[in-house]
Amino acid sequence: MKEYKVQKTYDEINARIRAGEAVVVTAEEMVPIVKKHGPVEAARRVDVVTTGTFSPMCSSGAIINFGHSNPTIKGHRVWFNNVPAYAGIAAVDVYLGATEPTEDDPLNKVFPGEFRYGGGHVIEDLVAGKRVHLKVIGYGTDCYPAKLLEKEVTLAELPYALLLNPRNCYQNYNCAINLSDRTVHCYMGTLKPKGRNATYCSAGELSPLMNDPYYLTIGMGTKIFLGGGIGYVTWHGTQHNPNALRAENGTTRRAAGTLMVQGDLKQMSSRWLKGVSMQGYGSSMAVGIGIPIPVLNEEIAGYTGVSDAEIFTQIVDYSYDYSHAVARNYGEVSYAQLKSGEIEVNGQTVPTAPLSSVVRAREIAETLKEWICRREFTLEKPIKLLPGVS
Amino acid sequence: MNTRIYVLRFPKEVIDQPIICNLVKKFDIEFNILKATILMQQEGVMVLEFSGHKANVKKGIKYLEEMGVKVRSLAGNIRRDDEKCYQCGACTGICPTGALHIVRPEMAVAFDPDKCTACGLCVAVCPARAMEVSLNGDIDLAA
Repeated sequence: MKEYKVQKTYDEINARIRAGEAVVVTAEEMVPIVKKHGPVEAARRVDVVTTGTFSPMCSSGAIINFGHSNPTIKGHRVWFNNVPAYAGIAAVDVYLGATEPTEDDPLNKVFPGEFRYGGGHVIEDLVAGKRVHLKVIGYGTDCYPAKLLEKEVTLAELPYALLLNPRNCYQNYNCAINLSDRTVHCYMGTLKPKGRNATYCSAGELSPLMNDPYYLTIGMGTKIFLGGGIGYVTWHGTQHNPNALRAENGTTRRAAGTLMVQGDLKQMSSRWLKGVSMQGYGSSMAVGIGIPIPVLNEEIAGYTGVSDAEIFTQIVDYSYDYSHAVARNYGEVSYAQLKSGEIEVNGQTVPTAPLSSVVRAREIAETLKEWICRREFTLEKPIKLLPGVS
Repeated sequence: MNTRIYVLRFPKEVIDQPIICNLVKKFDIEFNILKATILMQQEGVMVLEFSGHKANVKKGIKYLEEMGVKVRSLAGNIRRDDEKCYQCGACTGICPTGALHIVRPEMAVAFDPDKCTACGLCVAVCPARAMEVSLNGDIDLAA
C-alpha cells in the first residue's frame, strides 16, 4: 500500500457532494491547477475531475425487447427501419448493432459507398422519439404461431431498451495517414494520397482513460454520463490492452484500455447518440461519454493533470500497414501538435483533422460537473477494477 | 477589385453562345471556372469566381441576365445544418479552400460560406452528413 499525503474515500467525497461542498473541475481546468500547485496541493483542493469524449464509437448497440404480440411470434429475422437486428437471443429480444447497414444498402458496390443509414441511425431515431418500422419474421411454433409482424414503434412503446456497448472510450488511438498514391476511405475518414493529410480521434487531455491511465478509479460499477443520461461501466471492453506502450506519466502511447458500458436507452438523448456515416467504411454511432474521477490522493491528482502536450500517439499508414498488420509507425506526435493543425511526417508538413469533437467532449465534462455540483450525481466505487498492467 | 463566386445557369437555347468570352472582352472581368456541368435537360451550370471592378462585375451580370443566364451568388446555396453538425472537424482535412476551418484554441469548427467554392467534398466526408450543397435546393453539386 502506497503512503499518500492526501487520502480521501469515496464516502467522504460523496458526503461533500451531498453537502454541496465538493470542488469539481473539468480535466482541462485541472491541468493548470496541478501545474501551479503540484499534485499534493491539487489533491487537497479538488475532489472530482470530470472528463468527456464524443466521437464515432463502433462496438455500440442496443438490446431491445419488442414485446409479445397476439398471436405470439418468435423473431427469427428482425428489422428496424429495414436495418437487421440479431434475433438469436430469445423470442422477442434482439441486439441492434451500430455498424449494421440497411438491408438493401449498396455498400461499397460503387466505391466509396455512402452508408447513409444504419443501426446507429436507428438508435438515434428511437432516442429522438421518432416512429420506427419494426418487421419480424418467425418460422412458426406451437407456442409462437405467428409468422409475420409489422408495426410502427416508438422507444416509449418498447418494453425494454438497453444501450450496451461492448467497446467504447478507447484509451488513445492511432493518427492515420495514407502514404500510397490513391485516396483511402476508411474509418479514420478520407485520407489524401502521399501523406497530404492526417486524421486522429481522441479527446486528448479530456479523454476519460487518459486521466486515469492505470484504471485506479474506473472499473465495474463506475457511474458515468452515457448518451446524455446515466450509465455504468460494466466490464473492460473488447480489445482492452493494459500492456500497451506507456509514457513516463502513465498515459499510453498506443491504443490500450477500453470500456464496456451500458445504460437505459429511454433516458438518453439524440444529442449524445448520433448515427454517423463513414464514407467507404460503413455506418456507426457517435457516443457521448463522461466519467468522473475522484481525486482520492496525489497520485490520481497527478494523472488528472496531464495535458495534450504530454499525451502521444503513433502515426500509422492506413493504405497498407494497418490493413496488413505491419507493426510500423512514422513517428509519434503529441495531441498538442495534432490539435495545432499541423504535424511533421518524414520531414513533410502535414495538415491534421480530428474525428473526435473537443467542443462536445468539453460540454460533457461541464455537464457532469454541473450534475455533481447540483448534487444530482454522486460517485460509485467500482466493485472490481479493470485488468491492469501485468 | 471585387471577388465573388456565382452560379450561372445557361438555358439550352444559349449554350452555343460565346457568353463568357464576351464577358471578358466587354467588361474586363477575370474569371476562374470552379465547376462546369451539363444537366439532363441540356441546361448548362457553371460555378465561377469573378474578379473585377465592382461596376464592371455589375454590368457583366446584367449582360448575363439579358442573355437569359440565371445568376445567383453562391453563398445562399451552401448550408451547414447546425443541429446535425457536432463539431468534430473531419471536414477541415478535406476542404480545399479553408471555408471549413478550426478555431483555436476552442477547437470549434467554423464555416465561412464566402470562401466556399461548392466543390462538395465535405458532403460525403461529414460523418453526421451536416453539409448541404445544392444549386437550387434540388440538385446535388457533389453528384
